[in-house]
Amino acid sequence: MSDEELEDDEIVLSEMDDQEIIELMFEDLYDGYADEIVEETEELLSRGWTPYDTLTKGLVAGMEIVGRDFRDGILFVPEVLMAAKAMKAGMAILRPLLAETGAAKVGTMVIGTVKGDIHDIGKNLVSMMMEGAGFEVIDLGINNSAEEYLAAIEEHKPEILGMSALLTTTMPYMRVVIDSLKSKGIRDDMIVLVGGAPLNEAFAEDIEADAYCRDAAVAVETAKKWMSIKHPH
Amino acid sequence: MSFETIVESKTRVVKIGPDHPFCVIGERINPTGRKLLAREMAAGDYSRVERDALQQVAKGAHILDVNAGIPLADEPQILADTIKLVQSLVDVPICIDSSIVEALEKGLEACEGRPILNSVTGEDEQMERVLPLVKKYDCAVIGISNDETGISEDPDVRYAVAKKIVERAADYGIPKESILIDPLVMPIGAMRYAGRQVFALVRRLTQELKVNTSCGASNISFGLPQRNPLNAHALTMFMAAGMTSAITNPNHHEIMDGILAGDVMMGNDENCLTWIKEMAPKDAAIKAAKAAARAEARGEAPPEPAAPVRERKRRRRK
Repeated sequence: MSDEELEDDEIVLSEMDDQEIIELMFEDLYDGYADEIVEETEELLSRGWTPYDTLTKGLVAGMEIVGRDFRDGILFVPEVLMAAKAMKAGMAILRPLLAETGAAKVGTMVIGTVKGDIHDIGKNLVSMMMEGAGFEVIDLGINNSAEEYLAAIEEHKPEILGMSALLTTTMPYMRVVIDSLKSKGIRDDMIVLVGGAPLNEAFAEDIEADAYCRDAAVAVETAKKWMSIKHPH
Repeated sequence: MSFETIVESKTRVVKIGPDHPFCVIGERINPTGRKLLAREMAAGDYSRVERDALQQVAKGAHILDVNAGIPLADEPQILADTIKLVQSLVDVPICIDSSIVEALEKGLEACEGRPILNSVTGEDEQMERVLPLVKKYDCAVIGISNDETGISEDPDVRYAVAKKIVERAADYGIPKESILIDPLVMPIGAMRYAGRQVFALVRRLTQELKVNTSCGASNISFGLPQRNPLNAHALTMFMAAGMTSAITNPNHHEIMDGILAGDVMMGNDENCLTWIKEMAPKDAAIKAAKAAARAEARGEAPPEPAAPVRERKRRRRK
């Protein structure tokens, strides 16, 4: 990134109006420029924007554009990861402030790759996109047993559980996790989203997950849809 | 493992090394085997040189090789004139290419920046004449891994020759960062293991001698059909072994695509941004063509043309 040439037209944040800064934020998120996102986040806060508005109207709205263009094949995986990194840099400033102000978060998700499976690129992408959409994400990493999912659910009380598998040999384990949720009597406390290359809708239906998500953008859309059903505004 | 060779024009710096994108040295300005070009250059007609210079840079060459090896002509003068002309047209650095030492020197006099001198072999007499020029003009130089005994089929013998060149250069005060070793790519159609020889040698040159490498890649496919794809795949395999530059033809998309893919694979295209920039529009064009064909089959109006790919833009802050 350091080798990248800078455009000649200089900009001065303090001379721009709020809307211009938001648009600039969208552009810089899209291009994955973390340092710039930090500056813009700080600028908005210094103008009296609430952390919640900065998050939703800035970072989250910007990541929506990224998600849409990723879904439509205009942006590619490395670009989405760069955008997510930039978003995270902004989030690092906002997170403590949001906790202070007690602003409502969109929802909580526990996510992980299932037992026997060590693939995590797609799962990480979902994590970051969900964070970008304003969710609190507890990422359990790879190779998770039903007990590990249950412990995390117990601790964080998520509205959403996400499971990922990249192998036909490991994807049946999702059923094991869902069955153990049922036997604990907590299956209906959350929605279960599943994803991974060998999965499809029929499989999700068969194991009684709530939805199969083809990619990270679909996962975010589905999660948001479910949240609006659960907590209609 | 990192080391880099700096090559410069008057205004542009090119860094060659294991942590940089592969360096493409455009091979086209060379009358060897191009009878028409040879005749024109000898007669002072440089129109084809002009086109070759502009086209190669437009296609992505980082450096241009300039050769004026025309039999019975005043090679030193023609080489100097050609270099001056190329420098006036494009801003990439030059690789001065001749087997005649007088021509190399005349080329160096005419050249701006820090060119590559192409080349010196491991022959004592050659080294005695060329290395002082490299020192005097502080340029980079391609060292070819053969000596008086010829070109060995044994990569270890060629390695020893390369080492000799690097050591002799050191005697003249030339750092090894200024040297690119050419492992000598032989025609694989005539020599079954020519590929493996290059891999073995380039690995040693990279890891043990820690020098940059370059080659005339096209030689590998001599006498075979479909040379461009063969050259392209050979190049990416050379890159995997550690090769950091090559004198090749940037006008062939197979070759340039292969090199871009090699940069991605070697981790020298950060975030794959160059690959995406070059390739995403091709995907988009295919998609648009399919959509148009579907619309036509249904007798509908053609779809709106897609917006052009957005340029990344990082703006300076105060």
